[in-house]
Amino acid sequence: MNDTTAENGILDVDQVTLYLGKKRILNDLSISFWPAHIHAVVGPNGAGKSTLASTIMGLNGYGDFEGDVRFKGASIKALSTDERARKGITLAWQEPARFEGLSVKAFVSAGAVDKSDEKAGWALDVVGLNPAEYLDRAVDKTLSGGERKRVELASILTMEPALVMMDEPDSGIDVDALNKIFKAIALLKEKGTTVLMITHSQTVLEQADHAFLLCCGQVVQKGPVDKIMDYFGDKCLPCNHKNQPVPEAVNE
Amino acid sequence: MNKNAKNNEMIARLYESLGESHVMSPDVAHVEIHGNQVLGLHLVPGLDVQAEELEDGIRARITVKENTRIEKPVRVCFGMLPETGIQNIYMTTRLEDNSAISIVASCTFPNAVDVRHTMEAEIHIGKGAEYAYVERHVHGDAGGVTVIPKAVVHLDEGARFRTDFELIKGRVGHINMDYEAFCGPRSILEMSARVNGTRDDYIAINEKAHLQGDGAHGVLMTNIAVRDNATAKIQNTMVASAPDARGHVDCKEIVQGNATASAIPVVEVKHPRAHVTHEASVGSVDSKQLETLMSRGLDEDAATDMIIQGLLTPSY
Repeated sequence: MNDTTAENGILDVDQVTLYLGKKRILNDLSISFWPAHIHAVVGPNGAGKSTLASTIMGLNGYGDFEGDVRFKGASIKALSTDERARKGITLAWQEPARFEGLSVKAFVSAGAVDKSDEKAGWALDVVGLNPAEYLDRAVDKTLSGGERKRVELASILTMEPALVMMDEPDSGIDVDALNKIFKAIALLKEKGTTVLMITHSQTVLEQADHAFLLCCGQVVQKGPVDKIMDYFGDKCLPCNHKNQPVPEAVNE
Repeated sequence: MNKNAKNNEMIARLYESLGESHVMSPDVAHVEIHGNQVLGLHLVPGLDVQAEELEDGIRARITVKENTRIEKPVRVCFGMLPETGIQNIYMTTRLEDNSAISIVASCTFPNAVDVRHTMEAEIHIGKGAEYAYVERHVHGDAGGVTVIPKAVVHLDEGARFRTDFELIKGRVGHINMDYEAFCGPRSILEMSARVNGTRDDYIAINEKAHLQGDGAHGVLMTNIAVRDNATAKIQNTMVASAPDARGHVDCKEIVQGNATASAIPVVEVKHPRAHVTHEASVGSVDSKQLETLMSRGLDEDAATDMIIQGLLTPSY
């Protein structure tokens, strides 16, 4: 397996410090993700996991930070969300948005390389939704949270991104659907996409090639999934460091 | 050219302005009205239409006979192709008990610079009868249309009425809609409108429903998008005065540029076993929706357009 150095990452977060209000959420954070790998970022609530994804995506309110974020070696700090997306970065939300009146077909094809109905149908099929039943439905409150999550993943499959961040990919998902989601994640990797999963779940963590443990906006552990899983289970939960500076943990 | 040929040509031009063919299957009833002229009238068994040409419009009486279910949607086309003119429609519709009809009404004013179209409708839906009325407007780009539809609807026991107003092409101009419905026992009412206003368009929608009968149900739904200097004023009122009456008022307005929008949901409950809910949102495009689409690579304008198109898309 590759080493996690800033030099060979497809995406490098370099010494990023970000405040939301007066609270420091990311604390001199450095982290790199390798091409075509499945990474997991785990950590307790408030560790900065979702903030990290929002910062990488350049969402509103997450643009003012110290440090840099580089994609394929070039800074993306000054780019808007859509410019980052057109470079191949995308995000799947923990709780996907509802879109009144917007069809599943239109949504799945919104950022697609191939905007054909066939491609949208293929993507729905991968995530376990019957295209005949779903293509013409609206992405609104008539879809359950789990269905919207799978529709969102279908929209990412058609986009063929270089890097996708998935915030809690298992939330609101039943066991059968979760297996479809894991299948889709494996397919993304097979096609060369780097996957970053933000999770609390050991089941999700097991799907990763490599994991990072975040606490208080810093990486406190990184390495093979087994190692992080042990650490996460035995030492980190419940977390004694929550919302406290953790230099000793970083140095561990 | 004789009168029939002239009428047929005008009918073809009306449907052409809608982007549709005027050729229809014989089992589809249809009526075409241009200005104050009835150009075409084709009926099916159980449906009666009496139309009288007035100086500045039409007076029409539509009756669906008892126990008759008109299988295919009836096409009604109102229009004015000249740049200026007045078209006043006075329409009385009566659905006798246990009848059913679906009307798709297209109102086309594609060249309007100064056209005024008014409609005064009185609708009576008998016991167990079902009436769906979809009104689609095509306007020109000059914004020179004033549309003033007014309707009073009475639903008898177990009746069902669904109406949907939609501008599918062109600028609004000036719309001032005023619908009021009186709902009997176990009747169901659904009224919705979707309008997109630009430049100095003016949209006023006033819908009122009275849930008077035991177990009457009603939904008033309005989705509006305004930008530039357009104005939207929406007032939806639901009054529930009977046991087990259930109602919901829903208004969503997206505002951009210098446009202004207001939403006034009025909910009045006069019986302890009645229940009415309301929901209104007025403001910019939802940031999560916007960022979701932008994270797929759409720029802000394209993402906004897509969200607004969705909001204005009918759910039927």
